[in-house]
Order: sequence, then structure tokens, then C-alpha cells
Amino acid sequence: MNKETQNNILKTVNLTIGYTSKKEETTIASNINLALKKGELIGLVGANGIGKSTLLRTVTQVQPKLSGTIVLNQKPLENYTNLDLAKTMSLVLTETIASKNLSVFELIALGRQPYTNWVGNLSQKDITIVNKAIKQTNIENLKHKKCFELSDGQLQKVMITRALAQDTDLIILDEPTTHLDMYHKAYILKLLQSLVKETGKTILFSSHEIDLAIQLCDTMIVMTKEEVISNTPCNLIEQGVFNTLFPEDLIVFDTKTGSFRVKK
Amino acid sequence: MSETNTYKIPFVILTLILLCCFFANISLGSVSIPQKEIFNSLLNVSNNQSWQYIIQNYRLPKAFTAILVGSGLGISGLLMQTLFRNPLAGPFVLGITSGASLGVALVILGAGVFGGILSALLISKWTIVIAASLGSFLVLLAVLIVSSRVRDTMAILIIGLMFGSITAAVVSVLSYFSSAEQLQQYIFWGFGSLGNLSWRELGIFFIIYCFGILLSVFSIKGLNTLLLGENYAKSLGLNIKKSRLLIILATSLLAGTITAFAGPIAFIGLAIPHVTRQIFNTSNHKILVPAVFLFGAIVMLICDSIAQLPTSDYTLPINAITSLIGAPVVIWLLVRKRKMIF
Repeated sequence: MNKETQNNILKTVNLTIGYTSKKEETTIASNINLALKKGELIGLVGANGIGKSTLLRTVTQVQPKLSGTIVLNQKPLENYTNLDLAKTMSLVLTETIASKNLSVFELIALGRQPYTNWVGNLSQKDITIVNKAIKQTNIENLKHKKCFELSDGQLQKVMITRALAQDTDLIILDEPTTHLDMYHKAYILKLLQSLVKETGKTILFSSHEIDLAIQLCDTMIVMTKEEVISNTPCNLIEQGVFNTLFPEDLIVFDTKTGSFRVKK
Repeated sequence: MSETNTYKIPFVILTLILLCCFFANISLGSVSIPQKEIFNSLLNVSNNQSWQYIIQNYRLPKAFTAILVGSGLGISGLLMQTLFRNPLAGPFVLGITSGASLGVALVILGAGVFGGILSALLISKWTIVIAASLGSFLVLLAVLIVSSRVRDTMAILIIGLMFGSITAAVVSVLSYFSSAEQLQQYIFWGFGSLGNLSWRELGIFFIIYCFGILLSVFSIKGLNTLLLGENYAKSLGLNIKKSRLLIILATSLLAGTITAFAGPIAFIGLAIPHVTRQIFNTSNHKILVPAVFLFGAIVMLICDSIAQLPTSDYTLPINAITSLIGAPVVIWLLVRKRKMIF
């Protein structure tokens, strides 16, 4: 095995994603070949309905792939048990949690579930890891609050902390910046960037904040109708990939500023 | 960790209250027995044979039944509310009572169909217990088969309610064709009763109850994980189908045997988990399961003491008391706290 493949945390070969019902298969995207390097912040962008969520749901094994292979940490995804997967990959989803009566500490401590005993008692080590995660995301002041007392932005930070406490090599976030104001969008993505630097974990997130992602990500995955491309933001701009992202009748990509402009 | 220490004092207090309620419950009844004689009877050294008999063979099994019924219904209600993420869920959402009612209705109301001699044989206490168990077991089996095929937990909730409607319809058809006497007997079963169990019956009840409680304790970790929702729970390595099965089995064992032995006791299963959440202000099931156990037992003992109408010869239907006393308490709690904790 050469060094390059060892550096990959997640690799897909000829992956086809979509849905199967009893009669037919609906393909959403095919021929996806990705190789995500360890210790990078990776942003997944694309238009609505292009299949970002489906791709994330497929690599997190929430829904089955149609064909191709997914390799997580040099091991095929289907060889993972639920528990092994929980120790390798943690999630932050768009759905809200079922019970907001949990305290922030309790919620984050639930991230230790894959490691705790049959009744879920926290060991001293678990508590240390939870407290470390709380420190890393700088939410010590929220620790004893109840989840229903938090704003959307605070809750998102708490959910990221929970994923961090799960102590996995890969953290995947599905649209972590929805419902947030401009400042908090930038804050959350900046936080993700600093976490990658501090912890060496790989973070993959989907987002509509293309201009922020261009500034902060190490690698970006761009999904268009024709293909799925991944590269550094600079290279992607040079290749003119972002111009093909949306229909060009309304907005155009400005290569100089790295952002979209409304056509006059 | 400090979290368990903060709850130590309330737990000690609750246990003491439970003990007081237990003694109050056996001290009160239609025959008034002096306090000293009650202790003597418990220790089997009373001079008054009939008092000793009342205490040992009537009041003591009744008090134990109250404890099992209250705690069992409370815990199964808690499990259902967390599993279905629905504060309106109770132990009977899976259609367990409706199944039991159907079994009993078939025996009591359908007796006319089977003919005179057979019906006299059919209607004994054990046949009713067996009919209720069979009924709830069959409905449970149907729910389990369906739940192994359905991916969505909410669908199970709806399916349970549908089973309830079907059985209710069958019961009304049966009632339409039965005599007033049979109807009365069926309605009396529906009132619920704690005082009908002998020690032997109580023993069987207790064994099945213990299985139910054991399964509940084993589902604590899964229940806590489910507080995040099913997708998060899955991402934390929880085997959703297995925990769902464990939780449904625990509830069915508890609610099913309770209904079989004591009739369909309303309200406790729905209300006790809410009261406990309000007072303990937590969603952690490591705290909630034992707390609900204690609360359920206490409330049931108090309700039973009131139902006895101390010093009078009447016994009110326990089902009416649980709702009459309980509903205002829950309303008061919710209005006072102004916040529904779930």
C-alpha cells in the first residue's frame, strides 16, 4: 500500500448513489471518485437537489449505495459494525434532537455512548474527554444550561462538541450553517477550521455558503449535474468549476473575489 | 460523578414516603385494627385470628399488588413516552389493554354464545386472567411482527391505536348482544381491582413483573441514546431494532400482566412519568427509572387507601380514584411550572 492511499480517510470508487424502491432504481449521481485526505477541512457544495444529502447519507451508511465501493480508513464501509462505525465517524445532522430537556453536559456526554458500559456510566476518562471537547469549542459558559434555553447558534456549537466528544477520526456535518445569521455562519465554519488544525481530525461538511467555504476549506467537493469534482478551492476557481454550479441566467461567479454576484 | 449525589436525598425521602404509605395502606380498611395489632399480625404473633387473617391474606397482598401495579405501569409509560418521543404515550398505546379487554369481553360477554353450562365453567377468576393475558399477548405479537417490518417508530404508534379501535369495535358488537348481567360483570372488570389476588397469584405476577423490570433496566442506555432521535442514536452505534424490541417487550410484559391481574388501570402510566420529570427535572433514565418506580408505587398505594374509604364497607373503583386524584395534580403541576418537560 503506498503512502498516498494510507493518507486517505474516506475513498469512493465508481460510487453510484440514489434510491431503490421495489420496482426501480433512481440514480441521483454516479461515477463519484473521491479521496479525502486526513486532517483536512472539506466542504461539499452544490445546488439544491443535486444530491449532497444523499451522498452524505450514503457514506454514513444511513442509506445503501447503488453500486461502487466506499472505503473508510482502509476498510470497506460494509465491513463495519454499528459500534465500530460509531468509533470512526460522528455526525451532526440537520434534524433537531428529540428531547431538549437534556443539559448541555448530558447531551455532550451522550457522545461517549459507544465507549460506555451497558448502563452508560461515564468513566473518569470519558468525563475528561467531554470536558476537553467543551474547552475546544469554547462553550464552558453553556455547560450547565438546558438545551431548550439555547439559541440556534449555541445549539449548533453544542452538537459539534458532542461529535467531538465521540472522538472519531472523521466528523461529518450536514448543512451546519442553516438557520444561522451571517456572523454565526462564519463563526461555525471558522470553528471547524480551527478544530481541524488543533485535533488533526478530518471534517466534512455540506453547505450553501460557497464564498465562506472557498476561504476556509482545504479541499472542496463540487457537485454538478455532470460530475463530482474535488480539489483545492484555488484550483477549482482556476478550472472555472463554480461557473457551472448554477444556471447562468441570474448569478455569475466572480473569479477575482471568489464569490457570486447578481447579474445586472 | 456528582450527578448521582445530587439525587441521593430525594431518593431517600421517596423511599421513606413509600414505607409510610405502605404501612398506612395496611392500617386502613373497612375493619379498623389497632396499630399494635397490625404489627403483631405482620409478625404472626397476634391474638386475634380474624385480624391476623385480614392483614396477612387480604391487606398485605393488596398493598404489594398496588406497589407492583403502580411502579410497573409508571415504568412502562416512561418507556413508551421516550420510544415514541410523544408525551401523550402511555403503557397502553401498543394496544395491550384493548387486547386484554377483548379477551375478557369474549369470555364474559361471549359466554352466552357458548351455552349455559360451559359459561358457568368459563367465568372464574383464572379464566379471566388467562383470557386477558392471551388477548394482550396476541395483540403484542401482532405489534411485534409489524414493528419488525416497519422502519418508522411512529408507524408502530398508529398501528397500536388501530388495533385498539378494532378491538373496541368488537367489544361493542359483543355488548350489543349480551345481557345486562354480563355487561355489568364486564364493566366491573373494567373498573380495575387490586384486592383480588391470593399469595400464589401474586407470586406468578411478581415473577413476570421482575422480567419486565429487568428488561427495562437493560434498556436504560438505549433510552438515553434515543433522547437524541433515532438517526443520532444509530450514529452512536445503537442497534435501533434491538433496543426497540427490548423496550416493547418490557412494556408488554409489565402492562400485560398488570392488566391481566388487576384490570385496565388508567392514568398512572401516563401521568407518573410527567410528574417525575417535573420534580426531578431531568431526562436521564438512570435517574428516571428508579424515581418513576418509587413514585408509581407511592401514588398507587395512596389511591388504594382512598378507594377503600377507611372505616366504611364500600370500596370505590380504583380506576376512578386514580384519575380523580391524579388528573388535578398533573394539571396543577403543568400550570405551575408553565413548561412541559419532555
